[in-house]
Amino acid sequence: MRIFIIKEFLQIIRDRRSLLILFGIPVVQILLFGFALKSEMKNVHLAIFDQSKDAYSQEISRKMLASGYFILDRNLANAQEMDDVFREGKVREILVFGNNFGEELEKNGNAKIQIITDASDPNTANIVYSYTQAIINDYLMEINATTIKPLMINIETQMRYNPELKSVFMFVPGIITIILMLVSTMMTSISITKEKEMGTMEVLLVSPVKPWQIIMGKVVPYVILSFISAIIILMISYFVFLMPFAGSLGLLLLETILFIVLALSLGVFISTVSKTQQVAMLLSMFALLLPTILLSGFIFPVKNMPEILIWISHLLPPKWFVIIIKNIMIKGNGFMLVWKETAILVGMTILFISLSIKKFKVRLE
Amino acid sequence: MKTILYLIQKEFLQIFRDKMMLPIIFAIPIMQLLVLSYTATFEIKQIELGIADMDQSVTSADLISRFKASPFYIVSVIKPNYQTLEEQMQKGELEQIIYIPTHFEQDLYKGSEAPIQIITDAINGSAASLMSAYSMKIIGNYNKDFLVKEMMMPKEYINIQTEVSFWYNPDLNYKTFMVPGILVLLVTVIGLFLSALNIVKEKEIGTIEQLNVTPIKKYQFIIGKLLPFWLIAMVDFIIGLLLARFVFMVPMLGSVTMVILVAGVYLILVLGMGLFISTISDTQKQSMFISWFFVMIFILLSGLFTPVENMPVWALWLNIVNPIAYFIEFMRLVLLKGSTLAHVYHLILVIAIYAVVMIGLATWRYRKVA
Amino acid sequence: MKQVIVKNLVKKFGAFVANDHLSFEVEQGEIFGFLGANGAGKTTTIRILCGLSAPTSGEVKVATYDIYTQREQIKKHIGYMSQKFSLYNDLSISENIRLYGGIYGLSRKAIKEKIEEYIEKLQLKEYQTLKVFDLPLGVKQKLAFLVAIIHNPPIVFLDEPTGGVDPITRRQFWEMLYEEANNGKTIFVTTHYMDEAEYCHRVSIMVDGKIAALDTPEALKQKYKADSIEKVFIKLARG
Repeated sequence: MRIFIIKEFLQIIRDRRSLLILFGIPVVQILLFGFALKSEMKNVHLAIFDQSKDAYSQEISRKMLASGYFILDRNLANAQEMDDVFREGKVREILVFGNNFGEELEKNGNAKIQIITDASDPNTANIVYSYTQAIINDYLMEINATTIKPLMINIETQMRYNPELKSVFMFVPGIITIILMLVSTMMTSISITKEKEMGTMEVLLVSPVKPWQIIMGKVVPYVILSFISAIIILMISYFVFLMPFAGSLGLLLLETILFIVLALSLGVFISTVSKTQQVAMLLSMFALLLPTILLSGFIFPVKNMPEILIWISHLLPPKWFVIIIKNIMIKGNGFMLVWKETAILVGMTILFISLSIKKFKVRLE
Repeated sequence: MKTILYLIQKEFLQIFRDKMMLPIIFAIPIMQLLVLSYTATFEIKQIELGIADMDQSVTSADLISRFKASPFYIVSVIKPNYQTLEEQMQKGELEQIIYIPTHFEQDLYKGSEAPIQIITDAINGSAASLMSAYSMKIIGNYNKDFLVKEMMMPKEYINIQTEVSFWYNPDLNYKTFMVPGILVLLVTVIGLFLSALNIVKEKEIGTIEQLNVTPIKKYQFIIGKLLPFWLIAMVDFIIGLLLARFVFMVPMLGSVTMVILVAGVYLILVLGMGLFISTISDTQKQSMFISWFFVMIFILLSGLFTPVENMPVWALWLNIVNPIAYFIEFMRLVLLKGSTLAHVYHLILVIAIYAVVMIGLATWRYRKVA
Repeated sequence: MKQVIVKNLVKKFGAFVANDHLSFEVEQGEIFGFLGANGAGKTTTIRILCGLSAPTSGEVKVATYDIYTQREQIKKHIGYMSQKFSLYNDLSISENIRLYGGIYGLSRKAIKEKIEEYIEKLQLKEYQTLKVFDLPLGVKQKLAFLVAIIHNPPIVFLDEPTGGVDPITRRQFWEMLYEEANNGKTIFVTTHYMDEAEYCHRVSIMVDGKIAALDTPEALKQKYKADSIEKVFIKLARG
């Protein structure tokens, strides 16, 4: 048994390239998420079609560009250009001032700005529009300073758990989950099917080693590797992104081990249903990874999805683990607030293990 | 040419001999396109709100009714007790709490400042800033109305109206934006993984030896490997386009023929990359890892989920070699906005050059002699 | 006519010398046995001769073509059966034959005939559509040999073709080799079964990357005063 585990371990460690990637993936991912993926907009390309060119329109344009959100892509000379500008792809918003913008504003105290956004990306269009409106509102407050009274309700906002609204708070639990799924589920299912594909499984099966020992031998090294990965991610999030660590580290690590065991039992199960490595990989990849990314609530909030998808998400282990990590790590909750999720994970683990045993027995008979 | 046909026949036989492969190659991606396109929404609605109304006055009730009327909110608890609400947030039952202190009404009528606190669960930072903006807007509007109604503020002041038009997607339907992107993602993953696992699988099992002692030409070998996967991925792509059109009602303003042609070139790029990875790897596991590593980075930086211009400069530099970014941009421009060749020729050019480079690399790295 | 000419062949892997100045020739129609302990360098040599591996130095000609400049010509004129079974396990017998027939440029009709001929030879009529995976090892090896000579090459290289099968099957396999040799085919075979060495026309014995002896089995036995090749081998291997 020990010899087995050591053999597996040596095989894994000898494959330098895989090992590098195994530990490289979490590091690169978390750095990408932490530094590159921001949901607040900046450098939005703006085109201005100013037919009036008066003091007011120019002041509004200046304020737009000074806000830091927008950069001027170009000034348009006629309305025909608008379609082209969008179709080239860079410009997200066009600001249109009518012919007598300033004149009307002075005469009637009322004028119109047309804002045209590229809503092929509706989310960004909405955000860009709301930025624009805020800037124009500010400008209005400025020119109406003598007539409008300031607001009396003094709103104090408090961003609980994540005052600086850092995106890593969302991504760290998600990435830990993905990495554990990747390493544990994929790696075990692949390494077991590999033995099958190469025909070495039969050699092992006729040896005096018991099947469960073979499986354990395969699984234990990955438990350790996954665990190291998880710790690396936690360290980066703590030291590089200065994430807080509100709850009990011990509890978090225990839950992590539980999830790793769950992922491994899922991996063993996949290997019992696939004949070749290719099938095992594609199954783990397609059936698990994309849903994990998209349904675990780590990029998109699950709450807003159609009912049926919410139901599907309940069936996926990652969702529960993400909740557990957020609760312990960020909110600092104790076991009493995560016991339900923990129980679900335990239940799923038992399910997969018994399914695999059943499958395994059928094959031997 | 005949040799290539025999090789292609062999690949197809092998792919479909495994009964699991057919569903993996066709059914799963289609299901994923159907399912995942619905998941990709940033919309915030049904915010679970708790209100700690310490004032219990007519004014505070009035303000609360504004929240009840908003489509964004579900006011789930109103209690004159902050502590229990705070616990509920800790448990994850509330996303936002509004704290209205005692003397709120009094302060307003006295004309002095009346404080209100908004506490938002900000683990998801971008959602939190939206939620906070919504509630500030509701309170701000209430404040303005209060000023006009109760404090006799003049209604006349200089006003600039903004008139917004959402071009190409007036209903702000998020799915039409996501579907082309997810389709690109799916065919990329299918193509890359099938090809990346292929040559290395023959290496691992040893069958490549037998091929290597034959007088097969390198280009015949590469084409024989490439074409079957290209056909599979193209079929996937076209099924996906049909679903996009008829299930998701994605407008297809531009030339669909051009989209399909460029997809063909793009897939050559992806498969070439996969075969290249396959030739430099020793085992299937390794090859899968390398593919996964790059696909992950490419996807995250591609602009599929978050707009590219928000990224730091180094990420934009990385994007120069990101095939997924080019093709997603191309798809969205042509399908959603009807861009023509004149608008997107630079993207096509990059994809084509990239494809040639990848195929060249794969052919060069494939060694018949160790 | 000489099918293989090797002069001063050297192959190094880093500092390790796998083939140390080998020189030998193989005649047309000959069964040439290439003997040696595991790791003696047999497979390295056979891979070089088949163009799967490039030599470090030395002169090599196979089927009259030069290994450095005419590698693709060589590949048209040789057959190769590797140590590890390397036909496709997930294809059927006829699918494997068709693939390699196609690669070697046989006509559709010729391929069809080959399939029938081979199935007949292996007495596998009812298993034609079976996946190769499900065949017994002995049949797999015979099939691999037949596929290796599907294009009727003048010389075929076999790397430990009979590993792991029973004596009767091995016997049948050698009968197939004899038949081909009688038809004028040159057969270059490595093995570590010493009884098989007795069947060869000539054998070379490799020790530590060098050829320690090369002659007919009879001559070797006389020279080393042994009654079997096995004993000759043991004498040489112990130095």
